[in-house]
Amino acid sequence: MVSRLRQKLGLNSRLARREAGAALLFLLPSLLGIGAFFLLPFLDTIRRSFYDVLGQRFVGVASYQSVLQNQAFQLASINTARFITICIPLLLALSMLLALLVRAVKPAGRTHKTLFLLPMAVPVASLVLLWQALFSDRGLVNGFLARRGQQPVSFMESSAAFWVLIVTYLWKNSGYDMILWLAGLDGISDSLYDAAHVDGAGWLQTFRFITLPSLAPTVGLVAILSLLSSFNVFREAYLVAGSYPHDSIYQLQHLFNNWFVKLEISRLCAAAVLLALVLLIFILLLLRLFRDRTE
Amino acid sequence: MGRRKLSAWPGASRQLNGLKHGLLLLILTILTIPVVAVLWFMLTGVLMPLDELKVTLAPALSGSATAAVTTASASQSGAAAVSDLATGYAIWPLLPSWPTLQPLTELLLDTPAFFVMFWNSFKIVLPALLGQFLFGAPAAWALSRFRFPGRKLLLGIYIVLMLMPFQVTMVPNYLVARQLGIVDTIWAVALPFAFSAYPVFIMSKSFDAVPHAMLEAASIDGAGYWQTFVRVGLPLGVPGIVSALVLGFLECWNAIEQPLVFLKDSRNWPLSLFLPQITASRLGLAMSASLIMLAPAVLIFFFGQKYLELGIQATGVKE
Repeated sequence: MVSRLRQKLGLNSRLARREAGAALLFLLPSLLGIGAFFLLPFLDTIRRSFYDVLGQRFVGVASYQSVLQNQAFQLASINTARFITICIPLLLALSMLLALLVRAVKPAGRTHKTLFLLPMAVPVASLVLLWQALFSDRGLVNGFLARRGQQPVSFMESSAAFWVLIVTYLWKNSGYDMILWLAGLDGISDSLYDAAHVDGAGWLQTFRFITLPSLAPTVGLVAILSLLSSFNVFREAYLVAGSYPHDSIYQLQHLFNNWFVKLEISRLCAAAVLLALVLLIFILLLLRLFRDRTE
Repeated sequence: MGRRKLSAWPGASRQLNGLKHGLLLLILTILTIPVVAVLWFMLTGVLMPLDELKVTLAPALSGSATAAVTTASASQSGAAAVSDLATGYAIWPLLPSWPTLQPLTELLLDTPAFFVMFWNSFKIVLPALLGQFLFGAPAAWALSRFRFPGRKLLLGIYIVLMLMPFQVTMVPNYLVARQLGIVDTIWAVALPFAFSAYPVFIMSKSFDAVPHAMLEAASIDGAGYWQTFVRVGLPLGVPGIVSALVLGFLECWNAIEQPLVFLKDSRNWPLSLFLPQITASRLGLAMSASLIMLAPAVLIFFFGQKYLELGIQATGVKE
């Protein structure tokens, strides 16, 4: 019995058993922490999503129903989805452009690369003042508009807030994605380009038929990592506009925070489970969609 | 493996003459303006004397929303600078009229609260990074170097955890913090960071690159698993470890969500939460504080940029 199990797990040799034992010891501290802070409490979160606020009475899917029917949740979901579907394609395109440009001028683009990457180190808190200076009603942007004889825009109190957030997101994350693209570009073999060159292909054709297809597996990964960073845009939104910003930028992150403040634990649990599920499906889809076809 | 010396802008590379090269550089330089402008704002803002700040920025930060919109439409004519002053729009001169370090020294010398917050930030960042190294590095080594049943599954769990945003882990983290009685202490923020999956993943990627021959040599010398890790793995894995720690530092230093949720008592707040509280009323201070908040992050960025890029690439390597 024991030996069959060992065989099945590939632990029949003494060495393999010793290695597995060592692996366990190496992993133990990290696994204990991850188990204690993430995995076990997440199971508890799933359990609580089916119970009442005090965690004592089983209520079935009532919390899920209440979450899905909640107007704030619907608004926040739509906004988050809208934000993601707009900002990620923009970010992918912009950062790919930066990567291609930086490579094209090599070795001169070193400083540019550093500058593009720098915003990821700039703390959001340091930006708040500037954002207010730029986008408040009497801010620099409106001052500029007024001087040109145009109507001022109420950036924080209108749907323009959404675009301010998009620009902020692009500003902050282009550099990170640019590095990912550069790594992808490094992986394309020279011989492909040489062959295209011999065939007399122009840069547009080469880009269309060599660079883009070769980057296909990178697209999925960059998109997934960008999806995650898009959740961090809450920092800017929160610091500039507080817990209840204009409707157009009220996102899931605001909702989670507000429910937390009100200690709506069962709803929060149900929403967290839903979010995890949707993200997981999304990530698997993206991975499948852009799988490396050469493998 | 030969690296491409010229360009990835395929085909064009060879005919890329000086003009084209110059044009592309120009486009790139224009694209950096948004970054440079932000840094310029922060630097000149610190040097700007208070009375100048009152004229330049105060309109943007104190004007009430509705009043501003109605008066704004009346401001459509007139010379730029004059109308700015008259109708109260914010302006920003390229250079401060009379550079001064007075707000900065005031912040550093006369604002003890600021130092408490600054120290609070470090009290979160240091244990978090220490934990990421002490718990993460051995785990990463095991995932990268040992073959054992369940390895793929574990790696999958680390990747999924790495990919989940804070909103998913917020409730779980809170439930544990409540159990442990550490809500409203820095540990509620620092401990989840210390067990973050990100650094484990990045470090395991860099350990993957340690050549097998080195390990065999070590095992012939009779080194055990732990000795091999400490004597061979750690030294050769330094780039990955530094990458993970640089990314970890930026993540913790800039954290807003976690302290916002877990720290009710403002005495425990890190700088990232405290800073937005000092605004309009103390403009000079806010400017200086912003710059000082930025300084460690940017220093670490410049010191570790190479490693940072390596770390980012590691997150992008397909699994």
